[in-house]
Amino acid sequence: MKKDLISISDLSTGEIMELIHTAQDIIADPDKYCEKCRRKKLATLFFEPSTRTRLSFEAAMLELGGSVIGFSQAAASSAAKGESVADTARTVSCYADIIAMRHPKEGAPLVAAEACPIPVINAGDGGHNHPTQTLTDLLTIYREKGRFDHLKIGFCGDLKFGRTVHSLITAMSRYEGVSFVLISPEELRVPDYIRTDVLERNGIPYKETENWSDMPGLDILYMTRVQRERFFNEADYLRLRDVFILTEDKLAGARPDLCIMHPLPRVNEIARAVDADPRACYFKQVLNGKFIRMALILKLLRIG
Amino acid sequence: MTIDSIINGIVLDHIPAGKSMEIYKILNLSRLDCQVAIIKNAVSRKLGRKDIIKIDSILDVDLSVLGYIGPGITVNIVHDGRIAEKRSLSLPDEVRDVIRCKNPRCITSVEQELPQVFCLADREHGVYRCKYCEAPAEREKY
Repeated sequence: MKKDLISISDLSTGEIMELIHTAQDIIADPDKYCEKCRRKKLATLFFEPSTRTRLSFEAAMLELGGSVIGFSQAAASSAAKGESVADTARTVSCYADIIAMRHPKEGAPLVAAEACPIPVINAGDGGHNHPTQTLTDLLTIYREKGRFDHLKIGFCGDLKFGRTVHSLITAMSRYEGVSFVLISPEELRVPDYIRTDVLERNGIPYKETENWSDMPGLDILYMTRVQRERFFNEADYLRLRDVFILTEDKLAGARPDLCIMHPLPRVNEIARAVDADPRACYFKQVLNGKFIRMALILKLLRIG
Repeated sequence: MTIDSIINGIVLDHIPAGKSMEIYKILNLSRLDCQVAIIKNAVSRKLGRKDIIKIDSILDVDLSVLGYIGPGITVNIVHDGRIAEKRSLSLPDEVRDVIRCKNPRCITSVEQELPQVFCLADREHGVYRCKYCEAPAEREKY
Protein backbone atom coordinates (compact mmCIF):
# COMPACT_ATOMS: atom_id res chain seq x y z
CA MET A 1 0.00 0.00 0.00
CA LYS A 2 1.35 3.43 -0.89
CA LYS A 3 2.19 5.94 1.80
CA ASP A 4 1.49 9.67 1.60
CA LEU A 5 2.59 12.54 3.82
CA ILE A 6 -0.34 14.83 4.49
CA SER A 7 0.23 15.71 8.14
CA ILE A 8 3.27 15.29 10.38
CA SER A 9 1.08 12.96 12.45
CA ASP A 10 1.22 10.49 9.54
CA LEU A 11 4.75 9.68 10.66
CA SER A 12 5.58 7.83 13.85
CA THR A 13 8.53 8.99 15.93
CA GLY A 14 10.34 5.90 14.63
CA GLU A 15 9.70 6.87 11.01
CA ILE A 16 10.85 10.44 11.70
CA MET A 17 14.07 9.11 13.18
CA GLU A 18 14.53 6.86 10.15
CA LEU A 19 14.21 9.93 7.88
CA ILE A 20 16.66 11.88 10.04
CA HIS A 21 19.20 9.08 9.81
CA THR A 22 18.78 8.81 6.04
CA ALA A 23 19.19 12.59 5.70
CA GLN A 24 22.36 12.48 7.77
CA ASP A 25 23.71 9.68 5.61
CA ILE A 26 22.93 11.73 2.48
CA ILE A 27 24.81 14.67 3.99
CA ALA A 28 27.78 12.42 4.82
CA ASP A 29 27.92 10.68 1.45
CA PRO A 30 25.83 12.41 -1.24
CA ASP A 31 27.44 10.43 -4.07
CA LYS A 32 25.89 7.26 -2.73
CA TYR A 33 22.46 8.72 -3.46
CA CYS A 34 23.02 10.55 -6.75
CA GLU A 35 21.51 7.80 -8.90
CA LYS A 36 18.92 6.42 -6.49
CA CYS A 37 15.96 7.96 -8.32
CA ARG A 38 17.16 7.47 -11.87
CA ARG A 39 14.20 7.24 -14.28
CA LYS A 40 11.83 8.45 -11.53
CA LYS A 41 9.82 11.63 -11.90
CA LEU A 42 8.59 14.05 -9.25
CA ALA A 43 5.59 16.21 -10.17
CA THR A 44 5.53 19.52 -8.32
CA LEU A 45 1.94 20.73 -8.44
CA PHE A 46 2.04 24.21 -6.97
CA PHE A 47 -1.33 25.91 -7.16
CA GLU A 48 0.12 28.97 -5.44
CA PRO A 49 3.55 30.55 -5.52
CA SER A 50 6.42 29.30 -3.40
CA THR A 51 10.17 29.85 -3.62
CA ARG A 52 11.76 27.72 -1.01
CA THR A 53 9.54 24.69 -0.87
CA ARG A 54 9.20 24.09 -4.60
CA LEU A 55 12.88 24.65 -5.36
CA SER A 56 13.82 22.50 -2.39
CA PHE A 57 11.70 19.61 -3.69
CA GLU A 58 13.06 20.02 -7.19
CA ALA A 59 16.68 20.24 -6.03
CA ALA A 60 16.10 17.17 -3.83
CA MET A 61 14.82 15.07 -6.74
CA LEU A 62 17.52 16.27 -9.11
CA GLU A 63 20.24 15.39 -6.57
CA LEU A 64 18.76 11.92 -6.34
CA GLY A 65 19.21 11.54 -10.10
CA GLY A 66 15.51 11.85 -10.87
CA SER A 67 13.69 14.40 -12.96
CA VAL A 68 10.96 16.93 -12.31
CA ILE A 69 7.77 18.00 -14.07
CA GLY A 70 5.03 20.30 -12.88
CA PHE A 71 3.70 23.82 -12.65
CA SER A 72 4.24 26.69 -10.25
CA GLN A 73 0.89 28.46 -10.33
CA ALA A 74 -2.74 27.42 -10.76
CA ALA A 75 -3.10 29.59 -13.87
CA ALA A 76 -0.61 27.32 -15.63
CA SER A 77 -2.67 24.19 -14.97
CA SER A 78 -6.07 22.83 -15.93
CA ALA A 79 -7.33 24.08 -12.57
CA ALA A 80 -7.78 27.37 -14.43
CA LYS A 81 -10.34 25.52 -16.61
CA GLY A 82 -12.13 24.18 -13.57
CA GLU A 83 -10.54 20.75 -13.31
CA SER A 84 -10.88 19.19 -9.87
CA VAL A 85 -7.91 18.43 -7.66
CA ALA A 86 -8.75 14.70 -7.85
CA ASP A 87 -8.77 14.68 -11.65
CA THR A 88 -5.52 16.66 -11.83
CA ALA A 89 -3.85 14.21 -9.44
CA ARG A 90 -5.17 11.17 -11.31
CA THR A 91 -3.92 12.60 -14.59
CA VAL A 92 -0.49 13.51 -13.26
CA SER A 93 -0.10 10.06 -11.73
CA CYS A 94 0.00 8.72 -15.29
CA TYR A 95 3.17 10.73 -15.91
CA ALA A 96 5.00 10.85 -12.55
CA ASP A 97 6.02 8.54 -9.72
CA ILE A 98 5.43 10.93 -6.82
CA ILE A 99 3.62 14.24 -6.30
CA ALA A 100 4.46 17.24 -4.13
CA MET A 101 1.44 19.53 -3.94
CA ARG A 102 0.89 23.01 -2.58
CA HIS A 103 -2.64 24.34 -2.67
CA PRO A 104 -4.34 27.35 -1.09
CA LYS A 105 -7.31 25.25 0.02
CA GLU A 106 -6.98 23.18 3.16
CA GLY A 107 -7.27 19.45 2.58
CA ALA A 108 -6.53 19.56 -1.16
CA PRO A 109 -3.47 17.27 -0.88
CA LEU A 110 -5.58 14.69 0.96
CA VAL A 111 -8.11 14.78 -1.88
CA ALA A 112 -5.25 14.21 -4.33
CA ALA A 113 -3.82 11.37 -2.23
CA GLU A 114 -7.17 9.59 -2.15
CA ALA A 115 -7.62 9.96 -5.88
CA CYS A 116 -4.35 8.67 -7.25
CA PRO A 117 -2.18 5.57 -6.82
CA ILE A 118 1.18 7.33 -6.33
CA PRO A 119 2.51 8.91 -3.12
CA VAL A 120 1.42 12.50 -2.46
CA ILE A 121 3.39 14.89 -0.28
CA ASN A 122 1.62 17.90 1.18
CA ALA A 123 3.86 20.87 0.42
CA GLY A 124 1.54 23.26 2.25
CA ASP A 125 -2.26 23.54 2.19
CA GLY A 126 -3.40 27.01 3.18
CA GLY A 127 -2.95 27.68 6.87
CA HIS A 128 -3.42 24.00 7.67
CA ASN A 129 -0.40 21.68 7.36
CA HIS A 130 3.13 21.94 6.07
CA PRO A 131 4.73 18.68 7.21
CA THR A 132 7.96 18.94 5.22
CA GLN A 133 8.70 22.27 6.96
CA THR A 134 8.24 20.43 10.24
CA LEU A 135 10.60 17.67 9.09
CA THR A 136 13.07 20.39 8.11
CA ASP A 137 12.78 21.90 11.58
CA LEU A 138 13.19 18.51 13.21
CA LEU A 139 16.33 17.70 11.21
CA THR A 140 17.74 21.09 12.17
CA ILE A 141 17.00 20.52 15.85
CA TYR A 142 18.56 17.06 15.73
CA ARG A 143 21.68 18.22 13.92
CA GLU A 144 22.16 21.15 16.28
CA LYS A 145 21.17 19.47 19.54
CA GLY A 146 21.70 15.78 18.89
CA ARG A 147 18.38 14.90 20.51
CA PHE A 148 14.68 15.71 20.63
CA ASP A 149 14.07 15.11 24.32
CA HIS A 150 14.67 17.41 27.30
CA LEU A 151 14.66 20.64 25.31
CA LYS A 152 13.20 24.00 26.28
CA ILE A 153 11.84 25.58 23.14
CA GLY A 154 10.77 29.19 22.77
CA PHE A 155 8.38 30.23 20.02
CA CYS A 156 8.11 33.94 19.34
CA GLY A 157 5.85 36.10 17.19
CA ASP A 158 2.58 35.14 15.54
CA LEU A 159 1.72 31.89 17.27
CA LYS A 160 -1.95 32.02 16.32
CA PHE A 161 -1.79 31.78 12.56
CA GLY A 162 1.64 30.20 12.12
CA ARG A 163 1.06 26.66 10.84
CA THR A 164 4.76 25.83 11.23
CA VAL A 165 4.51 26.65 14.93
CA HIS A 166 1.46 24.43 15.45
CA SER A 167 3.02 21.49 13.60
CA LEU A 168 6.34 21.75 15.42
CA ILE A 169 4.67 22.02 18.84
CA THR A 170 2.61 18.93 17.95
CA ALA A 171 5.66 17.02 16.75
CA MET A 172 7.90 17.97 19.69
CA SER A 173 5.17 17.20 22.23
CA ARG A 174 5.80 13.51 21.56
CA TYR A 175 9.24 13.65 23.20
CA GLU A 176 10.05 13.35 26.87
CA GLY A 177 11.08 16.34 28.93
CA VAL A 178 10.19 18.97 26.33
CA SER A 179 8.77 22.31 27.52
CA PHE A 180 7.68 25.44 25.69
CA VAL A 181 7.86 29.18 26.24
CA LEU A 182 5.32 30.91 24.01
CA ILE A 183 6.28 34.55 23.48
CA SER A 184 3.62 36.56 21.66
CA PRO A 185 1.19 39.44 21.96
CA GLU A 186 -2.02 38.34 23.62
CA GLU A 187 -3.87 38.65 20.30
CA LEU A 188 -1.55 36.15 18.65
CA ARG A 189 -1.33 33.38 21.22
CA VAL A 190 -1.57 29.74 20.12
CA PRO A 191 -5.10 28.57 19.27
CA ASP A 192 -7.13 26.89 22.01
CA TYR A 193 -6.90 23.47 20.39
CA ILE A 194 -3.09 23.52 20.61
CA ARG A 195 -3.34 24.47 24.27
CA THR A 196 -5.99 21.91 25.18
CA ASP A 197 -5.58 19.06 22.67
CA VAL A 198 -1.78 19.04 22.50
CA LEU A 199 -0.15 20.74 25.49
CA GLU A 200 -2.58 20.12 28.32
CA ARG A 201 -3.71 16.69 27.18
CA ASN A 202 -0.09 15.49 27.10
CA GLY A 203 0.87 17.27 30.32
CA ILE A 204 3.52 19.37 28.55
CA PRO A 205 4.84 22.29 30.65
CA TYR A 206 4.39 25.63 28.87
CA LYS A 207 4.35 29.31 29.65
CA GLU A 208 2.71 32.11 27.71
CA THR A 209 4.39 35.47 27.99
CA GLU A 210 4.84 38.82 26.27
CA ASN A 211 8.45 39.33 27.29
CA TRP A 212 11.89 37.79 26.92
CA SER A 213 12.61 36.97 30.54
CA ASP A 214 12.88 33.23 29.78
CA MET A 215 15.53 33.68 27.10
CA PRO A 216 18.45 32.49 29.30
CA GLY A 217 16.97 29.01 29.71
CA LEU A 218 16.08 28.34 26.08
CA ASP A 219 17.75 25.63 24.01
CA ILE A 220 15.91 26.66 20.86
CA LEU A 221 14.27 29.92 19.80
CA TYR A 222 11.85 29.64 16.89
CA MET A 223 11.00 33.05 15.46
CA THR A 224 8.01 33.94 13.30
CA ARG A 225 6.79 37.21 11.87
CA VAL A 226 4.20 39.43 13.50
CA GLN A 227 2.19 40.77 10.59
CA ARG A 228 0.49 44.14 10.62
CA GLU A 229 -2.73 42.73 9.14
CA ARG A 230 -3.19 40.37 12.10
CA PHE A 231 -3.86 43.24 14.49
CA PHE A 232 -7.23 44.77 15.16
CA ASN A 233 -5.81 48.27 15.35
CA GLU A 234 -2.72 50.11 14.26
CA ALA A 235 -1.91 51.38 17.76
CA ASP A 236 -1.48 47.84 19.11
CA TYR A 237 0.68 46.87 16.15
CA LEU A 238 2.95 49.88 16.63
CA ARG A 239 3.13 49.22 20.36
CA LEU A 240 4.08 45.57 19.97
CA ARG A 241 5.99 45.13 16.73
CA ASP A 242 9.44 45.96 18.15
CA VAL A 243 8.91 43.75 21.17
CA PHE A 244 8.94 40.71 18.90
CA ILE A 245 11.94 41.63 16.79
CA LEU A 246 15.04 39.64 17.70
CA THR A 247 18.10 41.84 18.12
CA GLU A 248 21.59 41.23 19.42
CA ASP A 249 20.88 42.92 22.73
CA LYS A 250 17.96 40.51 23.38
CA LEU A 251 20.43 37.66 22.88
CA ALA A 252 22.80 38.99 25.54
CA GLY A 253 21.64 36.59 28.25
CA ALA A 254 20.99 33.63 25.96
CA ARG A 255 22.83 30.33 26.14
CA PRO A 256 25.97 30.03 24.01
CA ASP A 257 24.49 26.93 22.34
CA LEU A 258 21.08 28.45 21.65
CA CYS A 259 19.70 27.45 18.24
CA ILE A 260 17.82 30.31 16.53
CA MET A 261 15.39 29.10 13.91
CA HIS A 262 12.92 30.71 11.48
CA PRO A 263 10.88 29.07 8.70
CA LEU A 264 11.64 32.03 6.37
CA PRO A 265 10.91 34.22 4.51
CA ARG A 266 12.01 36.80 7.03
CA VAL A 267 10.96 40.42 6.80
CA ASN A 268 12.26 42.33 9.80
CA GLU A 269 11.61 40.06 12.76
CA ILE A 270 15.27 39.08 13.03
CA ALA A 271 17.72 41.96 12.78
CA ARG A 272 20.25 41.43 9.98
CA ALA A 273 23.06 41.74 12.52
CA VAL A 274 21.93 38.47 14.12
CA ASP A 275 22.79 36.60 10.89
CA ALA A 276 26.47 36.70 11.81
CA ASP A 277 25.80 35.17 15.24
CA PRO A 278 26.92 31.52 15.24
CA ARG A 279 23.67 30.65 16.97
CA ALA A 280 21.65 31.70 13.90
CA CYS A 281 20.52 28.48 12.21
CA TYR A 282 17.82 29.65 9.81
CA PHE A 283 19.89 29.35 6.65
CA LYS A 284 21.10 25.94 7.79
CA GLN A 285 17.41 25.09 8.05
CA VAL A 286 16.97 25.84 4.34
CA LEU A 287 19.75 23.44 3.44
CA ASN A 288 18.40 20.81 5.81
CA GLY A 289 15.06 21.15 4.01
CA LYS A 290 16.58 19.74 0.84
CA PHE A 291 18.22 16.80 2.61
CA ILE A 292 15.12 15.77 4.53
CA ARG A 293 13.03 15.99 1.35
CA MET A 294 15.55 13.71 -0.37
CA ALA A 295 15.12 11.24 2.49
CA LEU A 296 11.33 11.56 2.28
CA ILE A 297 11.22 10.96 -1.48
CA LEU A 298 13.33 7.83 -1.03
CA LYS A 299 11.10 6.56 1.75
CA LEU A 300 7.82 7.14 -0.08
CA LEU A 301 9.20 5.61 -3.28
CA ARG A 302 10.47 2.70 -1.17
CA ILE A 303 14.00 3.09 -2.47
CA GLY A 304 16.55 1.83 0.04
CA MET B 1 -54.65 8.03 14.60
CA THR B 2 -53.83 4.37 14.17
CA ILE B 3 -50.81 2.92 12.51
CA ASP B 4 -50.48 -0.83 12.22
CA SER B 5 -47.88 -2.52 14.34
CA ILE B 6 -45.07 -3.98 12.37
CA ILE B 7 -44.27 -7.67 12.40
CA ASN B 8 -40.69 -7.61 11.21
CA GLY B 9 -38.91 -4.31 10.98
CA ILE B 10 -37.23 -1.40 12.73
CA VAL B 11 -38.71 1.26 14.99
CA LEU B 12 -36.75 4.44 15.63
CA ASP B 13 -38.22 5.93 18.78
CA HIS B 14 -37.59 9.02 20.89
CA ILE B 15 -36.53 11.11 17.92
CA PRO B 16 -36.55 14.79 18.90
CA ALA B 17 -39.82 16.31 17.64
CA GLY B 18 -39.52 17.67 14.12
CA LYS B 19 -36.38 15.77 13.20
CA SER B 20 -37.87 12.67 11.61
CA MET B 21 -37.80 14.04 8.07
CA GLU B 22 -34.12 14.87 8.41
CA ILE B 23 -33.42 11.33 9.53
CA TYR B 24 -35.58 10.04 6.67
CA LYS B 25 -33.35 11.93 4.26
CA ILE B 26 -30.03 11.11 5.95
CA LEU B 27 -30.84 7.38 6.02
CA ASN B 28 -32.11 7.64 2.44
CA LEU B 29 -35.33 5.84 3.34
CA SER B 30 -37.03 7.05 0.15
CA ARG B 31 -35.20 4.27 -1.71
CA LEU B 32 -37.16 1.62 0.21
CA ASP B 33 -40.21 -0.01 -1.32
CA CYS B 34 -41.56 -1.33 1.99
CA GLN B 35 -43.97 0.64 4.18
CA VAL B 36 -42.38 3.46 6.15
CA ALA B 37 -44.44 5.40 8.69
CA ILE B 38 -43.36 8.76 9.98
CA ILE B 39 -45.15 9.86 13.11
CA LYS B 40 -44.55 13.45 14.05
CA ASN B 41 -45.24 15.15 17.36
CA ALA B 42 -46.35 12.03 19.17
CA VAL B 43 -47.00 12.49 22.88
CA SER B 44 -44.04 11.41 24.98
CA ARG B 45 -43.77 11.24 28.75
CA LYS B 46 -40.01 11.67 28.50
CA LEU B 47 -39.75 14.34 25.81
CA GLY B 48 -43.18 15.97 25.76
CA ARG B 49 -43.28 15.52 21.99
CA LYS B 50 -41.31 13.11 19.89
CA ASP B 51 -41.14 11.68 16.41
CA ILE B 52 -41.15 8.00 15.52
CA ILE B 53 -40.18 6.20 12.31
CA LYS B 54 -41.44 2.68 11.64
CA ILE B 55 -39.87 0.68 8.84
CA ASP B 56 -41.81 -2.42 7.85
CA SER B 57 -38.82 -4.50 6.89
CA ILE B 58 -35.58 -5.76 8.38
CA LEU B 59 -33.02 -4.16 6.18
CA ASP B 60 -29.44 -3.23 6.16
CA VAL B 61 -29.50 0.46 7.06
CA ASP B 62 -26.43 2.11 8.54
CA LEU B 63 -27.90 3.49 11.73
CA SER B 64 -24.62 4.63 13.22
CA VAL B 65 -25.22 8.21 12.15
CA LEU B 66 -28.15 8.34 14.60
CA GLY B 67 -25.59 8.29 17.38
CA TYR B 68 -24.38 11.66 16.14
CA ILE B 69 -27.85 13.13 15.58
CA GLY B 70 -29.33 12.13 18.88
CA PRO B 71 -27.90 9.71 21.41
CA GLY B 72 -31.36 9.56 22.98
CA ILE B 73 -32.91 7.94 19.93
CA THR B 74 -33.77 4.30 20.54
CA VAL B 75 -33.56 1.64 17.86
CA ASN B 76 -35.86 -1.35 18.26
CA ILE B 77 -35.54 -4.36 16.00
CA VAL B 78 -38.89 -6.13 15.76
CA HIS B 79 -39.22 -9.84 14.96
CA ASP B 80 -42.57 -11.62 14.87
CA GLY B 81 -44.26 -8.59 16.38
CA ARG B 82 -41.96 -8.46 19.41
CA ILE B 83 -38.97 -6.28 20.18
CA ALA B 84 -36.14 -8.70 19.62
CA GLU B 85 -33.31 -6.24 20.13
CA LYS B 86 -32.77 -2.75 21.45
CA ARG B 87 -29.70 -1.19 19.99
CA SER B 88 -27.75 1.35 21.95
CA LEU B 89 -26.26 4.16 20.00
CA SER B 90 -22.73 5.42 20.30
CA LEU B 91 -20.86 8.16 18.55
CA PRO B 92 -19.85 6.91 15.09
CA ASP B 93 -16.20 7.16 14.08
CA GLU B 94 -17.17 8.94 10.90
CA VAL B 95 -20.17 10.92 9.73
CA ARG B 96 -20.66 11.32 6.00
CA ASP B 97 -22.76 13.93 4.23
CA VAL B 98 -24.59 14.97 7.38
CA ILE B 99 -22.56 17.98 8.53
CA ARG B 100 -21.26 20.64 6.17
CA CYS B 101 -17.82 22.13 6.72
CA LYS B 102 -18.16 25.85 7.40
CA ASN B 103 -14.47 26.65 6.88
CA PRO B 104 -14.26 28.85 3.76
CA ARG B 105 -10.63 27.80 3.30
CA CYS B 106 -11.54 24.08 3.12
CA ILE B 107 -11.26 22.32 -0.25
CA THR B 108 -14.90 21.20 0.14
CA SER B 109 -15.95 24.86 -0.07
CA VAL B 110 -14.88 25.00 -3.73
CA GLU B 111 -15.22 21.37 -4.84
CA GLN B 112 -18.85 20.76 -4.12
CA GLU B 113 -18.90 17.15 -5.34
CA LEU B 114 -16.54 16.03 -2.56
CA PRO B 115 -18.21 14.11 0.26
CA GLN B 116 -18.59 15.99 3.54
CA VAL B 117 -16.77 13.69 5.92
CA PHE B 118 -16.29 14.40 9.62
CA CYS B 119 -14.23 12.17 11.88
CA LEU B 120 -14.58 11.72 15.62
CA ALA B 121 -11.59 13.53 17.14
CA ASP B 122 -12.54 13.48 20.81
CA ARG B 123 -15.02 10.87 21.99
CA GLU B 124 -15.17 12.27 25.51
CA HIS B 125 -16.39 15.66 24.33
CA GLY B 126 -18.07 14.45 21.13
CA VAL B 127 -15.86 16.62 18.92
CA TYR B 128 -15.93 15.92 15.18
CA ARG B 129 -13.47 17.46 12.74
CA CYS B 130 -13.59 17.81 8.98
CA LYS B 131 -11.51 15.05 7.41
CA TYR B 132 -9.92 17.53 5.01
CA CYS B 133 -9.23 20.74 6.94
CA GLU B 134 -9.77 19.50 10.54
CA ALA B 135 -12.11 22.38 11.32
CA PRO B 136 -14.44 21.38 14.17
CA ALA B 137 -18.03 20.55 13.32
CA GLU B 138 -20.54 23.16 14.29
CA ARG B 139 -23.25 21.01 15.77
CA GLU B 140 -26.72 21.32 14.32
CA LYS B 141 -29.39 21.53 16.94
CA TYR B 142 -31.13 18.20 16.58
